[in-house]
Amino acid sequence: MRKMLLAALSRVLQGPAATAAAAGRTASRVMVASRNYTDFANEATFEIKKCDLHRLEEGPSTTAVLTREEGLHYYKTMQTIRRMELKSDQLYKQKIIRGFCHLYDGQEACCVGLEVAIKPTDHVITAYRVHGFAYARGVPVRTILAELTGRKGGCAKGKGGSMHMYTKNFYGGNGIVGAQVPLGAGIALACKYFGKNEVCLTLYGDGAANQGQIFETYNMAALWKLPCVFICENNRYGMGTSVERAAASTDYYKRGDFIPGLRVDGMDVLSVREATKFATEYCRAGKGPILMELQTYRYHGHSMSDPGISYRTREEIQEVRSKSDPITLLKDRMINNNLASIEELKEIDVGSSTDISACCPQAAPQAPLGLVAHLGAL
Amino acid sequence: IAESLELTKTKLEQAMTLLHKTVTVRDALNQALDEELERDERVFLLGEEVAQYDGAYKISRGLWKKYGDKRIIDTPISEMGFTGIAVGAAMAGLRPVCEFMTFNFSMQAIDQVINSAAKTCYMSAGSISVPIVFRGPNGASAGVAAQHSQCFAAWYAHCPGLKVVSPWSSEDAKGLLKASIRDDNPVVMLENELLYGVPFEMSEEAQSKDFVVPIGKAKIERQGTQVTLVSHSRPVGHCLEAAAVLAKEGVECEVINLRTIRPMDIEAIEASVVKTNHLVTVEGGWPQFGVGAEVCARIMEGPAFNYLDAPAVRVTGADVPMPYAKILEDNCIPQVKDIIFAVKKTLNI
Repeated sequence: MRKMLLAALSRVLQGPAATAAAAGRTASRVMVASRNYTDFANEATFEIKKCDLHRLEEGPSTTAVLTREEGLHYYKTMQTIRRMELKSDQLYKQKIIRGFCHLYDGQEACCVGLEVAIKPTDHVITAYRVHGFAYARGVPVRTILAELTGRKGGCAKGKGGSMHMYTKNFYGGNGIVGAQVPLGAGIALACKYFGKNEVCLTLYGDGAANQGQIFETYNMAALWKLPCVFICENNRYGMGTSVERAAASTDYYKRGDFIPGLRVDGMDVLSVREATKFATEYCRAGKGPILMELQTYRYHGHSMSDPGISYRTREEIQEVRSKSDPITLLKDRMINNNLASIEELKEIDVGSSTDISACCPQAAPQAPLGLVAHLGAL
Repeated sequence: IAESLELTKTKLEQAMTLLHKTVTVRDALNQALDEELERDERVFLLGEEVAQYDGAYKISRGLWKKYGDKRIIDTPISEMGFTGIAVGAAMAGLRPVCEFMTFNFSMQAIDQVINSAAKTCYMSAGSISVPIVFRGPNGASAGVAAQHSQCFAAWYAHCPGLKVVSPWSSEDAKGLLKASIRDDNPVVMLENELLYGVPFEMSEEAQSKDFVVPIGKAKIERQGTQVTLVSHSRPVGHCLEAAAVLAKEGVECEVINLRTIRPMDIEAIEASVVKTNHLVTVEGGWPQFGVGAEVCARIMEGPAFNYLDAPAVRVTGADVPMPYAKILEDNCIPQVKDIIFAVKKTLNI
């Protein structure tokens, strides 16, 4: 017993050198090592992957500082999105969500990393894989689920559905592949016109990257120096077509040609954050548009109608889950650097699941909505 | 005496000009743009050649000199791109006027007009509005052949979420453009190239900076008792010419200038049909699924049906891509004689 206690104490005193698993076992078995907030580090510095650069002398910093508060916030946000998407999967299979449903699990580090690097007064527009962005931009889970299930309490009062969610400074939610890119440049034009030093993050996927209108937009954005951050979320597959089969050049960060670009590890929320800070600073300095490629991965198929295994192997999906999951990556970093405890994070896990279940609307239908309301602005 | 007569004549002319000033459609549109740009700094114009070239058809003459690069923007030849940019700017609080050199080129951008502009207010349950005007020449010109002569009235008017206006006179052009710019909805304004140089009388009221023609209201250009002619854009002029010829033969036509295609002022047409008991629609576009078809269907569905003494007749462009040779082209668009023929057919005379 004494030997065990001594071993436990020494492990605790060693601090971040302990592995996550060991710390967990130690913390749960030995009461003497119970944690309180003063035991945690305030912040830690992490090495992040260097970005590939196109027409840029320097890139984002290769280190990132993460405070405990930030870490917990990023973790909670990503986990909430993960659980919300998994809940949507369930609801879809129960036929309570209908039509198209494109899930974001696996890509959480992208929308969270972007959001924490910009201001609420900046603008975001994306395509149809939108639930994570809607949440990150401030739409509550309850409102998202209500929209998915076609209820009045939804963010578009049930008239939009999965692909058309909007909130302040968030313009959806666009179903036509690539159409959101010129829209985003237009929002950036308004930013420049009003002169309030705001930028617009304009997102599209690896599939959309081959759309002609995107190249028209690159041209005008560069010509007019619009404060537009073009962001390609490359999740390796445009529906069922892998990037190699769709693009003559898969260096999406270079496709802007005269627009400088950077390729970022989209599975690491800190990499995304640092890159976005770098990119938005570039735009705010009036240098014109910039392009970021976020290398990421989606666990689900293209949509709920796609099992997602006819064009990729289960092994590949499993490998990404085990080696590159964005939530696990953050969790390990925080545990190993004494920024949080396993119990704490588990509490967040359980809490978010409970909250989301509580948001689930009853299966009973609500009163019908006005069909012609909102047909035109007044 | 001769001198004082000359002076009187000049003064009289000046007075007449003020009272019955004639303004070309081009100048009326130019005035409307100028006034709205001045009134609201969120308004801006973009399109091909609108700035330094003064506009492909000189509609925006002088505006770039007056307002500069920020408000009058020359775009590259990228319809889908710049239309999307204009729509995005509207979503973010600006009030763009997006010019298509002709509406034929709007087909390249039609996804942005319909899916991004028209539907967004509804899809967002009113939280995002798109106060944009798409304008440019529509329909047949002279000798520009098939790809440059299509009428898009039916295409755009088909879509809920859009307003579609089609001016004929200078007053229509100025008033409707001002109303469209002030409207918080996406508006498609279908002008006509052949009308740009045509002078019309403009009342003093129409010359004021706050003159707007309400969207959704038709205008009775000529009162009549025996047959209702419903038209929009250039064919309104042909209807009036046909009415003048028919008047000599004792047939009094009521000519309705729709002004707005969507939302259509069906009540004005119904009231007229109730009075005249006969209906002829006249349009430049192709016959199938067109404006005339919609008018006829709605009249059938409403109270005016019981007042029709004969089936309604449509006068339309010929159901072919527009040919080049003048004699062929002339026979592909509604002429005065076609309108007269249609009236006589429905009146059985």
